[in-house]
Amino acid sequence: MNFEFIENILPLVLALLLAMAVPTALILLSALLGPRKDNETKLSPYECGIQTQAIPGDARHRFNVKFYLVAMCFLVFDVEVVFLFPWAVLFQKMAWGGFLSMLGFLGVLAFGWFYLWKRGALEWE
Amino acid sequence: MTDLLLSQIKVNDESQFGTDDYVVNLGPQHPATHGVLRLIVKLDGETVKETIPVLGYLHRSIEKICENRTYPQCITYTDRVDYVSAMSVNLAFALATERLMGLEAPPRAQWLRMIFVELQRLASHLLWMGAFAGDIGALTPFLYGLRERERILDLFEMTCGQRLTYNYIRIGGVMIDILPEFVPKCRAFLDYFEPKIAEYEDLLTYNPIFLERTKGVGVITPEVGINAGVCGPSLRGSGVSCDVRKQQPYLFYDQVKFNECLETAGDCWSRYKVRMRELRESVSLIRQCLDRLEPGPIETKLPPVLKAPPASEIYSRIESSRGEMGIYLVGDGTVKPWKCKYRCASFNNTYVLDQLTRGWKIADIMAVLGSLDMIVPEVDR
Amino acid sequence: MLSGENIVKSVSDLLHQLYAMVGLSAFKGVLDPIVAAHVMFGFISVFVMFLVWMERKVSAHMQSRIGPNRVGIFGLLQTVADAIKLTIKEDIKPVHRDKIPYYIAPIIAFVATFAGMVVIPFDKGMVVQDLNIGLLYIIAITSFTVIAILSAGWSSNNKFALLGGFRSAAQIVSYEVPLVLSLVPVIMMTGTLRLGGIVEYQSQNHWFVLYQFIAFFIFITSATAEANRAPFDIPEAESELIGGFHTEYSGVKFAMFFLGEYIAVIVSSAVAVTVFLGGWLPPFAFLAFVPGFIWFMIKLLLVIYLVMAFRWTFPRLRVDQLMDFGWKVLIPVAILNILVTGFCVLFFGKGV
Repeated sequence: MNFEFIENILPLVLALLLAMAVPTALILLSALLGPRKDNETKLSPYECGIQTQAIPGDARHRFNVKFYLVAMCFLVFDVEVVFLFPWAVLFQKMAWGGFLSMLGFLGVLAFGWFYLWKRGALEWE
Repeated sequence: MTDLLLSQIKVNDESQFGTDDYVVNLGPQHPATHGVLRLIVKLDGETVKETIPVLGYLHRSIEKICENRTYPQCITYTDRVDYVSAMSVNLAFALATERLMGLEAPPRAQWLRMIFVELQRLASHLLWMGAFAGDIGALTPFLYGLRERERILDLFEMTCGQRLTYNYIRIGGVMIDILPEFVPKCRAFLDYFEPKIAEYEDLLTYNPIFLERTKGVGVITPEVGINAGVCGPSLRGSGVSCDVRKQQPYLFYDQVKFNECLETAGDCWSRYKVRMRELRESVSLIRQCLDRLEPGPIETKLPPVLKAPPASEIYSRIESSRGEMGIYLVGDGTVKPWKCKYRCASFNNTYVLDQLTRGWKIADIMAVLGSLDMIVPEVDR
Repeated sequence: MLSGENIVKSVSDLLHQLYAMVGLSAFKGVLDPIVAAHVMFGFISVFVMFLVWMERKVSAHMQSRIGPNRVGIFGLLQTVADAIKLTIKEDIKPVHRDKIPYYIAPIIAFVATFAGMVVIPFDKGMVVQDLNIGLLYIIAITSFTVIAILSAGWSSNNKFALLGGFRSAAQIVSYEVPLVLSLVPVIMMTGTLRLGGIVEYQSQNHWFVLYQFIAFFIFITSATAEANRAPFDIPEAESELIGGFHTEYSGVKFAMFFLGEYIAVIVSSAVAVTVFLGGWLPPFAFLAFVPGFIWFMIKLLLVIYLVMAFRWTFPRLRVDQLMDFGWKVLIPVAILNILVTGFCVLFFGKGV
């Protein structure tokens, strides 16, 4: 195992563990310290004081697909960003060749973005 | 009751494909519905498919109570009809009773009434501005509005001892004469207040996000507005002249100079603009009233027992802060009204909510509801 | 001379002596990061509490109120009192919750944002770990908050919470793209992802805010949206969705979301300071006698003040307007900015 790698990662892991431990401890602590006076109304989901019992099931319905569409668009663009990072780091070494190839890449992407817009994927309807 | 109401909504959860309709209660306990209005909202994602206002959570049968009280006793109840603009309702009932019985208040009382009703309009519009801005997410104007409203309430407290439910405007006059220092204090307040209007406008009027949220949102066309009985600043935002102070002047509104504020677009921004302009108009109105105030009696001599003539009826209306405030009274020769009906602006203004919000977003419900300036006790009574 | 590097060095010397005294000198490579992580955690906890107080004072000042002034001097201990109150509150467990995500969500919200702080250099050498992929790490780890928010919204089984969770997911992922794109031009100019390296580059040239003002604007806007702060606070829009995704959370679990939001503000402001405003560098060379971490904190507080001022002056955007702004304005502008920067760097030579 590469010792340098571990040395690099160790503080992060420790900080993460610490950051995880404290909220967990606090939540457990508050479960111990807090009073306990449950009743049905208090534990029911808050819906402005009125329960919608007439609606079958609970809050989990088939939901508007719009939100998933946004997630899809995000995936496409985020992958592109991942490509951009190493390119940006080596940009000055690659010079014009790198610039032109990225121009091509972004051109394709801009076309896709334009297509999304024209097809109404970016409209909230 | 809950189940009955909800079962009337057709929910699309049968179809195999497509989205389930999402039925959400906004209210009665909700940070944005002013008071305890309940809206049942049917959503498709973020889009509103239907809005059903459910009334009655603040129903106190004020009309029926008034039918079992003597006329002077009723004034106390009018305070509770619209607690944000209690002076206006006081005035509406006092005027209706006076007209029913053929009385008239002395001139000083009339000027005082005008001063206090216009101050009340300022206070009400300030609270509205804060609540409207809060509804669309700007929290600061609320505090600014309340800061000046406190000064107005101080003036009220100085005169009648109350800050919310005044019971000040009585049948035949007003409760008590103003203190000698009222007039200079009122003038000082007006001088302090007028520049503040510009401050509110700086904060909101041309803020790009505010414009995005209010321009073109919730457009009331003149036809829709008139058909639904929308009134007051909400209808004036659509360019329809409907100010009772101009059309059927009461008190001395025909002797003072003021403009009816009209905008044409009919959207939330126009309604906002109308009210902001009304603030300025009211300031100039109060100044004129203070100039014309002369010493004199503040109450007419009333008969020991106040009885309406037999088989008499009256529909008397004034322009309250929210629009046309009408009172329908039927007298039967006794000390109590045989029939008492309040025609409140908020009730009719709320009626258009469904039409205005269909196809818009959840956030627009709040913007539209805020811009209509509804007060729940006025709706439910 | 008082500087971050010296402080770190003297602290670590002291620690090494301590380790030697208790016979742990063999583990000093392991123990140092433990201490660093603890120091960072303690600092962040106190700083967040200070920020909550500061936000309340700033908003009070803007709204002509007084703000907290009862607990401690200037009300400074108000947040501590609130934290204690939240801890001893009843732990309400809504009936239809999904148990595991319901409890894990606040922890993730806290951890994901806190982890970003680890790579922020407060001064030269004053950093828990100056990773060579620092920027990428921050972006990757802070975007975990979307998981917290989505699982909070889903697991509470509340309609407002679910709607808030969806809104938040859509918003965060939409603004993630311009956020990252706005950083790319800086990387192109510096050729490194290490935050310390980016600051060092700025010590030889000007601050990046002068070259990359557009990128700075895009970054601040997107970062505000990422942190769910007004005017982009639609996931918890109180006048529409009551509390949004944390409607069903109370007590400590709510406090974790609350702190997470503030730490997100700290992280994004710290990145803005490091990348665009020269990190620990003084604004003028003759001011170099003031230690670097003080400059860093001054700049950090200024940027945070800016973000707070946004919240208390602007109304809230609507969800579709928000998406339009992100996808149709910020993203194309950010991409154009990358191309223009690339062209300029190559045309006018290295270092612009």
